[in-house]
Formats: sequence, C-alpha cells, structure tokens
Amino acid sequence: MSDETTTGLNSRKILMWVFLGSDCMFFASLIGTYLIYKGMGASHPGPSDVFDIPTTSVSTFVLLMSSMSMVFAYAYLVRDNIKAFRIWMVSTIIMGATFLGFQIFEFSEFYFHDHLSPQTNLFGTTFYALTGTHGIHVTIGVVWLGIIFYSSLFRNSVSSKTNLDLDLAALYWHFVDIVWIVIFAVVYLFGTFRGFPS
Amino acid sequence: MKKIISLSIVFLLIVSCGKDLPMSTFDTYGPIAEEQAFIFSIIFWAGMVVLVAVEAAIIYVYFKYRRRKNSNRKAAQFHGNTKLEILWTILPVVFLAIVSVPALSAIWNFATMPENPAVVVNVKGHQYWFEFQYPDLHVVTANELHIPVGKQVLINLDSNNVLHSFWIPKIAGKTDIIPNQTNQMWIQADHTGLYYGQCAEFCGESHALMRFRVIVDTDEDFAAWIDHQKTEAYVPNDPLEKEGYTIFMSPKAGCGGCHMIHGSKKAKGRIGPNLTHVGSRQHLAAGIMENTQDNLRQWIKDPGKIKPGNIMASQGAVYMDPNKALTDSEVIALASYLQSLK
Amino acid sequence: MTTIPLKLPFKINLSRPVNPTGIWDWITTTDHKKIGVLYGVTAFLMFITGGIEALLIRTQLAGPEMKIIAPEVYNQLFTMHATTMIFLGVMPLSAAFFNYIIPLQIGARDVAFPRLNAFSYWTFLFGALIMKSSWFLGGSPNAGWFGYAPITTTTFNAGHGIDFWVVGLQVLGVASLAASFNFIVTIINMRAPGMSFMRLPLFTWMTFITAILLVLAFPVITVALIELMLDRTFDFNFFNTSAGANPLLWQHLFWIFGHPEVYILILPAMGIVSEILPTFSKKPIFGYAAMVLAAAFIAFMGWLVWSHHMFTTGLGPIANSVFTITTMLIAVPTGVKMFNWIGTMWGGNIEFNTPTLFSVGFLSMFLIGGISGVMHSFSASDYQQQDTYFIVAHLHYVLFGGAIFGIFGGIYYWFPKITGRMYDEKMGKLNFWLMFIGQNLTFFPMHFIGMQGMPRRIFTYDANMGWAFWNGVETFSAYVIAFGVLFFMINMLKSWGNGPKAGDDPWDGRTLEWSISSPPPVYNFLDVPKVEALDDFWVKKQKGITKIKSKTKPKDIHLPQASYWPMLVALGLTIAAYGIIYNLVVCGLGIAMVLITVCAWSFEPVNEPDAH
Repeated sequence: MSDETTTGLNSRKILMWVFLGSDCMFFASLIGTYLIYKGMGASHPGPSDVFDIPTTSVSTFVLLMSSMSMVFAYAYLVRDNIKAFRIWMVSTIIMGATFLGFQIFEFSEFYFHDHLSPQTNLFGTTFYALTGTHGIHVTIGVVWLGIIFYSSLFRNSVSSKTNLDLDLAALYWHFVDIVWIVIFAVVYLFGTFRGFPS
Repeated sequence: MKKIISLSIVFLLIVSCGKDLPMSTFDTYGPIAEEQAFIFSIIFWAGMVVLVAVEAAIIYVYFKYRRRKNSNRKAAQFHGNTKLEILWTILPVVFLAIVSVPALSAIWNFATMPENPAVVVNVKGHQYWFEFQYPDLHVVTANELHIPVGKQVLINLDSNNVLHSFWIPKIAGKTDIIPNQTNQMWIQADHTGLYYGQCAEFCGESHALMRFRVIVDTDEDFAAWIDHQKTEAYVPNDPLEKEGYTIFMSPKAGCGGCHMIHGSKKAKGRIGPNLTHVGSRQHLAAGIMENTQDNLRQWIKDPGKIKPGNIMASQGAVYMDPNKALTDSEVIALASYLQSLK
Repeated sequence: MTTIPLKLPFKINLSRPVNPTGIWDWITTTDHKKIGVLYGVTAFLMFITGGIEALLIRTQLAGPEMKIIAPEVYNQLFTMHATTMIFLGVMPLSAAFFNYIIPLQIGARDVAFPRLNAFSYWTFLFGALIMKSSWFLGGSPNAGWFGYAPITTTTFNAGHGIDFWVVGLQVLGVASLAASFNFIVTIINMRAPGMSFMRLPLFTWMTFITAILLVLAFPVITVALIELMLDRTFDFNFFNTSAGANPLLWQHLFWIFGHPEVYILILPAMGIVSEILPTFSKKPIFGYAAMVLAAAFIAFMGWLVWSHHMFTTGLGPIANSVFTITTMLIAVPTGVKMFNWIGTMWGGNIEFNTPTLFSVGFLSMFLIGGISGVMHSFSASDYQQQDTYFIVAHLHYVLFGGAIFGIFGGIYYWFPKITGRMYDEKMGKLNFWLMFIGQNLTFFPMHFIGMQGMPRRIFTYDANMGWAFWNGVETFSAYVIAFGVLFFMINMLKSWGNGPKAGDDPWDGRTLEWSISSPPPVYNFLDVPKVEALDDFWVKKQKGITKIKSKTKPKDIHLPQASYWPMLVALGLTIAAYGIIYNLVVCGLGIAMVLITVCAWSFEPVNEPDAH
C-alpha cells in the first residue's frame, strides 16, 4: 500500500472526524428525546428535586480541566518530552476517572436518596439514558488513554512519530468533553432554572 | 404511442372502476372528501401531463438514438446546455408553486375546527373495534357511528392502547388515533346513507378486521336514535332470552365485567363494547359481519376464530377456563338475549 | 500508514494468516473485490428470501377472504419482507458495488481500511442471520418495518419477535456505519493523482453522498432502537404510554432516519444508471456538475421532509404546510436528474442491451414513482392516500422499478468486469421484460385499489369491496416477476462458469475500471493511474493512448493482509445481540469477546514489517 493519500491527511484522522460527526447525531437524538419529554409524565422526582448544581459544576470543571491537561500531554509528546507527557497523561486520566466517580456518586444519590430510577418516570428514563451514554463514552476514553499511557511505560513505544494515536484519542476526548458541556447546560442548568417551565 | 394509449386506458379504469365501490375515495359524500378528491385531481392531471411528456421523451430518445446495424453515425459529443438546465430547474418550481396554492389552503380548511359543531363525538380506538361516545348527549355505542346529515361533526380521537387511524373514505380522509395525544378532525356528510370506515394504521393481529360503519341520518332519525340510545336496556320476558340474561349476568360467565348494559346493576364494564342496544346495530364485531342470530352464536362460541387476537377471546373467563366454557344451548340463549336488546 | 502501531507491552503471539486458501481465504480476506462478491451474493440470497415472503403475502391476497396464511404470520411476513428488502437486500447490494467498483473507479489498490471493510461484511452477514433466525426461534417481528410504538412495547408485544428486530437492526446498523466510514475516507483519501472531486465518476459521487447520509442518519435510528431495547429489556419508559410517553417520539426519530434512508436506497441506483447511460450512448454525461449538485441538494432536502410520513398524525396545519412545500421542492432536483439522463441519451448512439434496458426501465419507472411521490406531498389529499395501497404502489415504483432495476442493470453492466465472462444477452433481455411487465402489472393496479380505499397491511378484505380483481392480477404478476428473477439467476450461474470470455473493455468504457484486466488482478492497478480529465480512460482512448508498459512488478506491490479478527469481532457482536434477547450474561460474554478481539485487531502485526 502506498503511504501517500490524496489529501495528505492520515486516513485514520479523517475516519475519526467522520465518526465524531456521526456521534454528534447520536447525542443530538438523545438530547432531542430528553427535550421532547421535558416536563411530561409524572413530574416528581424532577430535575429540580434531584440536581445539586454545585456538585455537578465541580465535576464539569474537572472534565474541562482534563481537556486542558490532554492538550499539554499532546504538546509534550510532539516535543518528545516523554516524562512530561506521562505526567499530563496521568493527570488527564485521573481527572476523567474523577468525573466518572462523581457520576457514579450522583447516580447512586439519585437512585437511593431521591428514589429516581429509569423506571420511575420519563425524566428518569431520559436522564439516565442520556448521561449514562455519555458516561460510557468517558469510560471508553479513560480506557483508551490508559492503554496509551501503559504503552508509554515501555521504551520507544510512544514518541512524536506515533503522535497520531494520541491525536485521535485527544480528538475523541475533547469531543466527549464538549458534549458534556451541552448536557450540563441543557439538562442541569435549564432543568433547575426557575424562569424555565420544567 | 402505445404507452400513451395504455395510460389513457389506465385513467379510464381509475374513473370507471373507482366510483361506486364502498370505500372509493372518488365517490364523495361530504365537503372534506370532496375537496380532497378535487386536490387530488389537480395534482393527478398535472402529474399526468408531466408523466406522459417525460415518458414519451424517454422512449423517443431511446428508440430514435439507438445503435443501428451498418450505420457509422457517431454520437454527438456535448457535455450539457446551461440554458436548458436552468429552464428545466425553474419550470418545475413555477409549476409546483401554482398547484400548491389550493393544496395549502385546504390544509388550513381541514385544520380549522367548527366553532359550533352540531354533534361532538369522542372516538376511542380499541384493539380491533371503535367506541363512539357522544359526551353532550350521554350516549355510548360501538362500531356504528350515527351522525346527522349536512351538519358539522367534531371528532376527538383517543386511544388507551396502540395507534389506530380513523377513516371514512367517502366522507373524510384519515386522522391517526394516538395515545396521550387527542387529535381532532371534523366531518360532514351531505347525503343520508350507510358508509364504510376502517382502521388505517396497523394495530395488531386483527388490524384488517377493525372496521366500522357510519350511518348518516336525517335530523329526525338522528334525534330518534339518540332518544332510543338513552333508554335503559330491554329486560326480556321470553324464557330463552331470560336464560341468556341470567347467563350474561352470572359471575361464572362474567360478561358484565367488561360490557356495559345500561340499566343493569351487574353489567357495568367499560373494557368491551357497550351492549345496551346491541340488537339494534346492523353489524357485529366491528363491522365484519351482519348482526344475525347465527353470526352472533358463532361469535360468542369462538370469537378468537373470527377475530384472532381479540381481548375477549384471550381474557374472557369462558374462553380461558375449559370448566367455564359455554355449552351450545348457553350460546343460543345468550345470542337470543343479545339480539333482543334492540 | 504514517504511524507505527503501539507495541504490546507483553509477548503474545498474534500470528496473521499467510496466504490462506479455500474457505479460510474467504473468511480472512481483506480484498475489497472478494468482499464485494461476498456482499453481492449474500445480499442476493437475502433478496430471494424477501421475494419469497412477498410471494406469500401476494398469495394470501389473491382473492377476498382467503385463509392460506394466518393473520399473525401474515403480519410477520410483511414486516420481514420490508425489513429484508431494505436492510438485507437493496442496501447491501449497493454496498457490493461500493466495495467492488469504487476503488477501481478512483484508481486505488484497496479501500482505506481493508480490515474494517471485512468487519462490515461479517457484521452484515451475522445481522442478517439474526434477523432471519427469528423465523425458526418462535416467530418474526410483526409490527411493520417502521415498528410504530407502542405496539412494539412488551405490553402489546410480549414475544421475542420485536427483540430480534431491535438487535438485528442495530447489528446491521453497525455494519452499515463501518462500511460508510470506510467509503467516505476512501473516496476522500484514496483517489489517484489528478482524480479531483469534479472528475469522480458519478457512481462514486453518489456513493459518497449516500455514505454521508448514512453516517448521519443511522445514529438516529440507533438511538430509537436503543430506547426501545431499554424499554423492552429494562422497563424504561421511552414508549410507555401509561407513564405519559408520546408515541410520536418514535415516529419522529424513525423518519428523521427513514427519509434520508430512502435516498440511501435510491442514490446508488441513480449512480449506476449515470454510468451505464453515457457508456452505451457513447457520450459524456449531460450536465455533470448539475447531476452532482442535484444529488447533494436531494440529500440535504432529505433531512427536511421527514414529517410528510406523518401528515395524518395531527402535527397541525403549520407543520403540514411546511413539509408539503419542502417535499414538493425535492421534485426539482429529481427532475433535473431525469432531464439530464434524457439529455445524455439525446444524440447518442445507444446500444440496445440488457444494462440500457434496465436503465431506461429505471427512468420510466422511477418517473412514475416520483410523480406519485409529489402527489403525496400534498398533505391535504394525502389524508386519503396515507396507509393505503396507493403508498404501496408508490414505494414499489421507487424501490423496485427504481433501486432494483438500477441494481440489476449494474450487475449486468459490471458482470464482465467482475467475472471476466459475458452474460447471455438474450436471457438478460427476457429477464428484463418479465420483470418490467411483472412490475407494472403488480404495482400499477395498487394505485387503483389504494384510491378505492384498500388500506395496507391487511391480511384479508371483503368480496364486496371490489378490490378482488386487481388483487388477483397483482398476485399473478408477482409470480411473473419471480420468473424474471429466476432467469436472472440461471443466466448468472451459467455465465459465471461458462460464459464467453469478455475481454478487458467489452463496452468501450469510460471509467478506470475498464482499463485493467477482467477480472481485475488483486492489486487492481500495476501503476497508480494519473488522471487528467473526467472520463479519463475514454479521453485517453480517443487520443490513442492505451496501455503503457509498466516497470512495476506485481510482487513489489504491498497489499492488505488477511486477518481473522474482523470476523471474530463481528461474531462477538452477534453473541452479544443474542444475549440481549435471551440472557444478559451471554450478552456480557459477547461484549467481552468484542473488546478482546478489538484489542487483538489493533495490535495485530504485519507479516512483512518492511511494508511500511
């Protein structure tokens, strides 16, 4: 096979962009479902009953910071500074895992304390499906970054020459992060905003 | 040429075959179906002009420019013609813009509900039959909708199960019946008579057997029908009918758990059709057979055979439990009782 | 590839199959041509099963009040017929052409991701088997191909049929998505030097647009299916009307996918016709740029018309007016394409053979379907046609007279290239005329009985409705179509083995696939061609430049290597799918298998490390 491509871009990178375009539609449909059902069916427990905005703001902030940390990791890899790269990778992974920890805490709080399960009402159904799907995306991202980090512990496995692998993972990571910002705004903030019919 | 001839034959067939059939959409008896048929005819004729012209062009080009033996003709080499392409982009736009005017105005006409309808009917779709409630007149019936002639009737459509669709081809096009969303439509019939209706949205195993009739009455007939429907059910004197009555009301058969017989204390069910005046209806089992002693017996004997998947056959005590199964004589008694409920 | 795969930190032997033969060759192949053939043959077999389902439906409807097929089975038949024809027939038949033809048309040695391509095929095959296995495992889905909630929920549909449909379509969706990712990247990134976008053959263009539509549309149906699956398996409330759910949610999601899906089905056939007509007219396509733009406009508008499937659901006059107008607008680019095809034939020197017959058949039938489509766009009168046989007539004119005619034309057209043999022209013409006559006698009368009030999806009708005569005609004609297809099969089987040698360029073709030998060598092109014009091969032939001596030796060309993993990942998905139906533990095992095999796939070594 020839190394050259028509556009000069790596095919895997284009693949990732196309995949993310597709994934956009996936989340759009889930968010659409959530919005269509907003305020329908049994109203309690509803968004304003369960959400704790300060807590979720913290986890949102952590996820946002993980994206920044990802940028640093990539920047150091391109400069072949593997040590710094590893540090920023660990920090990204930890922050991703922290976000997941928050989500698990939040889910169990809603489930056991507020008695909101996916079976309870339409809000439970749409909320868990949407945020759960996002959580699965984050989990895949954490595992993916973990594999890259693990390989980097072995000599010469990861270097600026192979930065595409990290580039793809980073693209994915930023995408998942952006999706969360949308979810946080649409589900959490609009859901508890008083001026908004819920 | 052959194509053109055959197409005109086809059109003749549409006109000639469609007209007098029971569910033809061309044979209209109300303003809505009429307007729908009118709009269809506009787009039909417009479509026909385009169809004939373009089909003719396709066939002409294919034959005219076919490769002939012993011919050295070279194919003309051209890549396009901008003027022509602009022309055949703009022309259809103009064409569509013109025909869309009546179409769009009709949408609003159908969607504007009458302010003072003569009658309001709540239509409930059930798995394989229609319930008709006249909330202002306090009448509930099933599968045969009576409306007064020449009056606007407002219909509210609702379902507590799956989707259905309410359709009387000669009077009005369909509107879907959707759980948790009450749809509205209005109808008007300009001639008295009997019209066919059918569920038009797939609703399960016996979707094909979910039909109904619309009976358009004169004002006097309609008023008389309403008055009669309001009366309590007939209490039989004939011994056979009386036996049927006893079976119907017995806990063993349990008919009254699902069916309503107005005036009786034991038949208060709301799951199945209201049977108060079932004997006065012309058809049975959602318009699939005539209301005769014989048909009624067959229906009571084995409803699942006539209408597979219906709820009575799967949930009625006498059909689930072999110990409670109806004997032939019980079936005969029940049928004559129900027929007596004129 | 510019990157070196990440090294595994531990030692594990992931050997790659070396020059497998026989059945192993087919299972592990990553050659786009072999995968194309696999796609084509599998999809055609599925098309036959869908056809048998259709014949059973028609048999039951041959006369009024017939009792040949039980109502429940009838409902399963029409659900499976549509699902089969759309997802297991037309789409993968188009995918077979994508696989075989696109790399040849753009001058590539293979697709961008050969193993992903193999994965698409295996996932498609297993998805098809999941769907079809429902016939033997307690009954097929029975709620129609668009499965309107809430009849698909466990409350109204307790059996496993809908579960097969839900997981089967998801698996098929994965296959289609993977294939589309691959083709988008291939067409963007694997084009030969000089093959700019405005020099792409129209079939490649249509494939490109189809793949983009698919990548954006399938996630929507996937979400709808996942929601239904969560409802059925874990008691979620998405379509639980007693919890206040609105069933129209399903319809919106379904048709936001479903309308682009219609173009996913028809655009490849349009592309095929756009190849056949210029070739046999000996003329360039008329208005190349307009053809591309029209298709792009159709694809774009395909997202703005979904509610025309829902005119009777009470969306209100504003929505109905808007969707009436957007739907009518689609007629404009479609008309442009139609006129341009006629313009292509105009002044040409058209060969009268099976591919052109099918193409002209496509034009004339698609025209009828298109016009009846415009009729439906008028929502006011559509209240009468919605859910009647008029719709059934319309959709079969578009999908059978349109997509299937185009695909059959394409099979005849490329048969000599794929097999190196020529098909039997006489039998091909017989096949066309049987299908053409059968198509019109089967589907045209459906317009009449639709307007005479026959709803679709009914297993029986009364004699006094007056629908019996045309139904009888339709049933008879459906068997005429079946005979047409039978002749097609005989022709293919006979000619594949014993047809006369076709030669490399039997049609005096215009595009790159005709510049190489028939059947093409594994490496496709000895030297990657340099493209200087639209219809480059034709232009070069006119200039007298034919074959150039190549210095490249076949053994120096590095080809994608065989691999077990694509098939194993697909198998894992299948196990997970059955697990959702029967046992969630099995589902977990299936997912574990997918994860493990995906890892093995990504760390799979290359047999010749020097290749990079």
